[in-house]
Amino acid sequence: MTNLDPRLQKIGLGLLAPVLALVLAFLITSLVLVLAGDPVGEVWSTLLGVPAERNVANILNNATVLYLSGLAVAVGFRMNLFNIGVDGQYRVAAFVAAVVAGEAWLPGAANTVLAILAAMLAGAAWAGIAGVLRAKRGVSEVISTIMLNFIATGLVAYFLRRVAVREEGSNDIGTKEIPEGSRIPGFQIGEGSTTEVYGFIFLAALAGFTYWFLLNRTRFGFDLRATGKSTTAAVASGISVTRMTIVAMLLSGAVAGLVGLPLLFGDSYSYGSTFQSGLGFAGIAIALLGRNHPIGIAIGALLFAYLDEQSNPLQILVGVSPDIVAITQGVIVLTVVISYEVVRRYGVRLEQHAVARALEAGRPTAGDKEEEARA
Amino acid sequence: MRKTARFAAVAMAAALTLSACGSDEGTDEGTDNGDAPTSDIKVGMAYDVGGRGDQSFNDSAAAGLDQAIDEFGMESQESEAEDGEAESAREERLRTFADAGYDPIIAVGFAYAASIGKVAEEYPDVHFAIIDDSSVEADNVASLVFAEEQGSFLVGAAAALKTETDQIGFVGGVETPLIQKFEAGYVAGAESVNPDIEVDVTYLTQVPDFSGFADPAKGKTAAEGMFDNGADIVYHAAGGSGGGVFEAASESGNWAIGVDSDQYNTADPSVQDSILTSMLKNVNVAVYEYLSQVNDGDFPSGVTTYDLEVDGVGYSTSGGFVDDIVEQLDELKQQIIDGEISVPTAP
Repeated sequence: MTNLDPRLQKIGLGLLAPVLALVLAFLITSLVLVLAGDPVGEVWSTLLGVPAERNVANILNNATVLYLSGLAVAVGFRMNLFNIGVDGQYRVAAFVAAVVAGEAWLPGAANTVLAILAAMLAGAAWAGIAGVLRAKRGVSEVISTIMLNFIATGLVAYFLRRVAVREEGSNDIGTKEIPEGSRIPGFQIGEGSTTEVYGFIFLAALAGFTYWFLLNRTRFGFDLRATGKSTTAAVASGISVTRMTIVAMLLSGAVAGLVGLPLLFGDSYSYGSTFQSGLGFAGIAIALLGRNHPIGIAIGALLFAYLDEQSNPLQILVGVSPDIVAITQGVIVLTVVISYEVVRRYGVRLEQHAVARALEAGRPTAGDKEEEARA
Repeated sequence: MRKTARFAAVAMAAALTLSACGSDEGTDEGTDNGDAPTSDIKVGMAYDVGGRGDQSFNDSAAAGLDQAIDEFGMESQESEAEDGEAESAREERLRTFADAGYDPIIAVGFAYAASIGKVAEEYPDVHFAIIDDSSVEADNVASLVFAEEQGSFLVGAAAALKTETDQIGFVGGVETPLIQKFEAGYVAGAESVNPDIEVDVTYLTQVPDFSGFADPAKGKTAAEGMFDNGADIVYHAAGGSGGGVFEAASESGNWAIGVDSDQYNTADPSVQDSILTSMLKNVNVAVYEYLSQVNDGDFPSGVTTYDLEVDGVGYSTSGGFVDDIVEQLDELKQQIIDGEISVPTAP
């Protein structure tokens, strides 16, 4: 490896980490299966089986939601902020969007746009509380966002009961349904699939592109990353850390506000007691998996969505507890972080060797040059 | 940054692993005795969060299934919901059963209402049943619902007759319309005996946090607060959290009232003597009766309500603590059946 072109070596190292992580995760999960006395081969062949068309649609849909959640967490991570509150932020935002869209003050698509903006604002405001507390009072955002999650649960439950409509004979309550003209239509993949892919998937991709552009191609993104890497250096170069902290939390919250919307506009059309919860926590794992990179996060989201989708067949067709999926996901997160660290250290050592050798080899070369020059 | 990432990874892994440890797997292959009756009916059972082994609602449904398997020799496969799962996960669970040839498919819990409606339309030849919901109307869907308020009315009356402080309590698991039915019946029953009685009401969690059905520590704290406050009987409709309510009653020498099954028989023996009675919601009866009709070749559809009249709900007498008031309770029961008393379904 040391003889390779340094560029190839970098790519090789970059690939080594995820491959190492997946192999390790595979081995550890197999060990768990063996210990639990489950049929290892059958579990893997089901888990890694090729999904049917409608399952592919489900995976894409689930990944869309997870992607937005991962993106929201990643915005915070880049600024060294640990936003655990994406969970509360998206629920507050989804509820606000459901009410706005359900009331339908504007017709058709205008209503949709208004609801999306309202969701982003609500998410940003909810996260902004933690941002201000951190910037002005030094309150750890980890603590404040966890607490805000609880408050969000209570608040949304209270207001949900205020505005809820309940179908006859149902024990579920929810907001008013979004009128048909304001829903975001999906599209089918393949013939005869009963499940449509959310149209929101394009908006999620747009969000990913915006994230990349903002962070890597603007002065603001540079300031944000610089503050995340070193506060003192940022202050020295004239960046207001207070401002950056609040803005980063607002941005993270605004993206978090989008998390529930694919479900709202593409599937449930209302916010009720069976609306999916816990998405914010999945986002933390996915941001870690994706190393905060927009493409990496997409891969992480697809991987998690894929594993989630296989949990039903695992239970029904193989008779294995679906918890094995949760275990696999947890193990993957751990092995990814560990293997990146191991590979990073290995890379540093390789570099040191290379530099040392270059120096050793370089001394006579430099001498030769001097002699040449003299001659 | 790397520090944050490492901390986050450990926290995430811990959370994922812990949540994975939370529930027991419960796949039952049925019994394969040589002389057992056989049937080619394959039952798919989709449980709510908690699944088989929750000592409550899901277990009651499982008991009905087990009875049917023993008697009719049906085959079965089970699957349970995960906390906070997507709507598509519920739909996929039902579709996977249908694709694998399971018919009928029983969905345990109102959370399946929307998915049953959708999937039943996609598989018109497969038969579905749903417990605790009657909002889906289709030829291949049977809705099995209960008059929880009627059973709760009777245990409310029992509490009012037994209390010495004229103050009783109600602990609900999660504040949903379903659990509010229990509350409404309980309060109405207590007030029918003593209009001046004070009833403390609390719910452990709010939607979408359904942990109130599976958190004994929360149940214990809530019940302790009520006992400290002067109540001497607390009724819980909180699933697995009820264990904590029993503990609080046992430790303070007060009474608790169980729910769903006869909890005098299923609770920890150390708290048995604190369980005054239990409100019976015979999900097992509903499941068994549905399957027995299926076994006869008849797939029922439409709404079946299990109320006091058909003994779908009721109260238990195990332990003998309510033997002295059975007469009064049975009189109330008759009045409800005759329609002389109408029990509210919402507080």
